[in-house]
Amino acid sequence: MATYYTEEHEWLEVEGDTATLGITKHAAEALGEVVFVELQETGETFDKDDEIGVVESVKAASELYAPLAMEILEANDALEDNPGMVNEDPEGNAWFYKIKIADISELENLLDINAYKALID
Amino acid sequence: MSEPQKTPLYDLHVELGGKMVDFAGWMMPVNYPAGVATEHKHCREKAALFDVSHMGQVELRGENVAGKLESLCPSSFRTLPEGKARYTFFTNPGGGIMDDLIVANAGDHFFVVVNASMRDQDINHMKRLDIEVKELSRALIAVQGPAAEAIVATHAPIAAELKFMQTALAEINGVEVRLSRIGYTGEDGYEISIPEDKVVEITRLLLEHPDLAPAGLGARDSLRLEAGLCLYGNDIDNSTSPVEANLTWAMQKKRREEGGFPGEERILRELSEGPARKLVGIKPEGRAPARRGVEVADGAGNIIGSITSGGFGPSFGGPISMGYVNADMAIADHAVTLLIRGRPHPATIVKLPFVAQNYKR
Repeated sequence: MATYYTEEHEWLEVEGDTATLGITKHAAEALGEVVFVELQETGETFDKDDEIGVVESVKAASELYAPLAMEILEANDALEDNPGMVNEDPEGNAWFYKIKIADISELENLLDINAYKALID
Repeated sequence: MSEPQKTPLYDLHVELGGKMVDFAGWMMPVNYPAGVATEHKHCREKAALFDVSHMGQVELRGENVAGKLESLCPSSFRTLPEGKARYTFFTNPGGGIMDDLIVANAGDHFFVVVNASMRDQDINHMKRLDIEVKELSRALIAVQGPAAEAIVATHAPIAAELKFMQTALAEINGVEVRLSRIGYTGEDGYEISIPEDKVVEITRLLLEHPDLAPAGLGARDSLRLEAGLCLYGNDIDNSTSPVEANLTWAMQKKRREEGGFPGEERILRELSEGPARKLVGIKPEGRAPARRGVEVADGAGNIIGSITSGGFGPSFGGPISMGYVNADMAIADHAVTLLIRGRPHPATIVKLPFVAQNYKR
């Protein structure tokens, strides 16, 4: 299991060709109090950079983008009922999707923890 | 673009953990570590302190200042008693709004507060009046919320005697300030005009009160939206008339009858015949906030308007919006559809404000 990050402040915990995807603690803190989450449906497929969801805080709306070509295996519907989870546990319980990665070689384009830390510092 | 300016409270904002952003050319705190929602609720429940020094403060002196100002605004100033302030706006020849502002009769002069983004335009506009227009180098802070009177009166007892929209000179910690019972949150409270070199010490002194917490521009925006107050550049601008924006209460009877202000043709016509569109409150029925630019449709899918301000109301406890819709659709409880990111969301037209105003009249 390895964790990857994106410049859009998403994290992916990868196991084989599947992954759990969410937004980073840094992103959640920058957004402020999350009041609304809109998720896409299970089974939908996306190309890299497609919009896969919306996170809105008291301050602003932010889109969530596909970090690579993917299919949604499961959406965390609990977030839609309880958006505040995103602030409480962004890198744990408040994951957004379980996904199937179309081409695992695309992971090479993502950041590791050190590169991500360098980005947000 | 030139470097954004800093208010005299900049260092204190940073010290308090404020997240600084460029707003209208000024580095201002959007929120502090407590966060927008907490700061917002604190204002409604106790009191919040805002730095609004980015706004323009102007003194007008000369002969017949009130009458001359009436040539730019559709409000009455000749009848404005000393010590009273009034909300008004500059109208353009097309009947739109150039800016909204506060005008106070300060006795030997008129004291005017204008929006940060419109400072230069407004000052040049007033300079055409053949009066003395002096922009003040003073800081401005707002103390807003149900505890504001107790907090400010601790230092300036006269605060308790002022009523909503009254203004007076007062002394805080040996410093002369202008205290106006006024605000932009829907709550009781004050705006305090303070010499720049004294504002840090006075702000620190006020913040010693346990009921007062600093709040940033984020909370200022969500508070004014819940209170149904217009933001210049969003809900009102050069294309929107005061009649469309439901601001005719700021046009005193005599002005409405006699005219004599820029754009009177359109404004008086809309007063008698009704405007084509109206600013209304719009409450999304779901959880999705409808922000500026979201289109409003009727049951048949026809576009009838758009959102000008929208977000989440922390005290209201849900998404809230304001926007213009065709006048025949501007009916409370009317069902409409919001097209948020292309998808229809049910919503209802509601009377403003979303949260009752709490002024000390």
